[in-house]
Amino acid sequence: MLSAQTFGDPGKMKDYHYTGPVEHRFSPYAFNGGTVLAVAGDDFAIVASDTRLSEGYSIHSRDSPKCYKLTDTTVIGCSGFHGDCLTLTKIIDARLKMYKHSNNKTMTSGAIAAMLSTILYGRRFFPYYVYNIIGGLDEEGKGAVYSFDPVGSYQRDTYKAGGSASAMLQPLLDNQIGFKNMEGVQHVPLTKEKAVQLVKDVFISAAERDVYTGDALRICVITKKGIDEQTLPLRKD
Amino acid sequence: MALEDLCHFRDIFQEDITTERFSMPFELKEAGLSFTNNRNLLHFYIPEVEYLDESPIQFGQINLMQSASAISSQESPSAFPLPTNLPFTSSQTVPLPFPMAHGTTTLAFMFQGGVLAAADTRSSCSGLVACPASQKILPIHSHLVGTTSGTSADCMLWKRILARELRLYQLRHSRRLSTRGAAKLLSHMLHPFKGTELCVAATLCGWDGGELEDECHDHEESAGTTKTQKPDLGMTVGPSQGSSFTPQDSSRKARLSGPRLFYVCSDGTRLEGMLFSVGSGSPYAYSILDQGVRWGLTVEEATSVAREAVYRATHRDAYSGNFVDVFHITSKGWTRRKREDLKEEYYREKERQRLERKTQHDILRANTSSRHKPS
Repeated sequence: MLSAQTFGDPGKMKDYHYTGPVEHRFSPYAFNGGTVLAVAGDDFAIVASDTRLSEGYSIHSRDSPKCYKLTDTTVIGCSGFHGDCLTLTKIIDARLKMYKHSNNKTMTSGAIAAMLSTILYGRRFFPYYVYNIIGGLDEEGKGAVYSFDPVGSYQRDTYKAGGSASAMLQPLLDNQIGFKNMEGVQHVPLTKEKAVQLVKDVFISAAERDVYTGDALRICVITKKGIDEQTLPLRKD
Repeated sequence: MALEDLCHFRDIFQEDITTERFSMPFELKEAGLSFTNNRNLLHFYIPEVEYLDESPIQFGQINLMQSASAISSQESPSAFPLPTNLPFTSSQTVPLPFPMAHGTTTLAFMFQGGVLAAADTRSSCSGLVACPASQKILPIHSHLVGTTSGTSADCMLWKRILARELRLYQLRHSRRLSTRGAAKLLSHMLHPFKGTELCVAATLCGWDGGELEDECHDHEESAGTTKTQKPDLGMTVGPSQGSSFTPQDSSRKARLSGPRLFYVCSDGTRLEGMLFSVGSGSPYAYSILDQGVRWGLTVEEATSVAREAVYRATHRDAYSGNFVDVFHITSKGWTRRKREDLKEEYYREKERQRLERKTQHDILRANTSSRHKPS
């Protein structure tokens, strides 16, 4: 965790020209990059993330996936500051176990989303610097995606991209899955195979244009049969 | 505090730890881990234990007073009681590396048919549209709806806390809290956070005591008969006293019931009014509302004024846009209109203008050609 980063855009090094005396404060946050994406279908959900862990101009690891399995029907993707991601997933795991022991059943995706919202808001004045997306199946077996901001505001979506390349990927998803900004197009429901192919294409494009995304892609497909994981290589430069 | 109850997990096993802590409020936590003195075998270390009973404002803040005093006197930390409950000024908080969601247009007004609330649905985050379809009008209970403006996480959580507190009140006192009471409650709950970066600007739109009017009529009809009354609003008026209380009761009930509109802000403002608009697009909305809102509007007219106001505000304000939500609150509760896409509205308006210009052009041509004829 470098302490010399000043507060402008997260993740970018400051320009090397003299601007006058600058006060350096210790920052407890760092930006470790990475992109997470989730798509919900009629009976499946997909959570995908790249596996690059970077900081400034360096790559710390090429094999650090950002999807974490919570229950048999829920996967969470966390991008942002890796230290907070790890602690947050540990806390969620502990709370899931406590719920299981007190209530004798696993938490549903909606319940996990509501709980995560309160966990994040509990740190309102020193937030977890994590962009979370939960993907899973709801009680009826339909796909559900819940997207969060770092302080706990959340809502249920059909698809969402989060992390460093989110601004590039979200319009593409709006167009291809939401059929937005197009005229006279037939709205075809998304099949699982088409969704997986779309996710692969979308991440290949993200790796081309975003420096913090790349190395490999980890896709978790959640159906009622279980969670199926695939890994696909991406650009390493 | 209400916020701590909701956000800080208090498991049933942890009661021993928290009660011990509250008995010694001013002791500095040199040995924060207290699992050495637990008697219950089910205690296990949870990472949040240390800051569970700390105010959420304190967490993570650099406590200059404590560090200075720790340097000066290491041995007797309990010598002077430190005022650990004061929120620190915002210059000492940890600066955030990300922006929060802001920017909106919401409005609400009262008219003869109840209260109407309308809002756009764009949730922006310093230049990026974080969500084009967020919900800014949140129902709190069957007869109370709140519009939200400011940071979306703050608004969502505080509405949740308010709904919880109102429900508890209803269960304890067997009546709903009035809108004025709800506004006061929200304002007082937000007061400890004044000066911090919390940003909530909500209008509470509700209908008070709808069932009161029915009770009142029943009571007047049955005055003089020995009919047992249901406990309504905690007023235990016996049947023998019915006739003498009726005129006072009915006037009091008339004042108590009806539509109500309050504006509550996290800086401490709490206002009652007939018309409010909040957010970055509110100046544009105010101009339409000041022109069009009267007490005697019908429901359709009021809905169209509200939609028009949001539409004009989204047209001019960059931080508002996408869809418009309209909620209508009457004595029977709230109803919600189907969400409308304002892009369609824009094209419909363009089409209307084009047709208008065309008909004007035709009339003009007809006039000029008729003038030429007699010559």
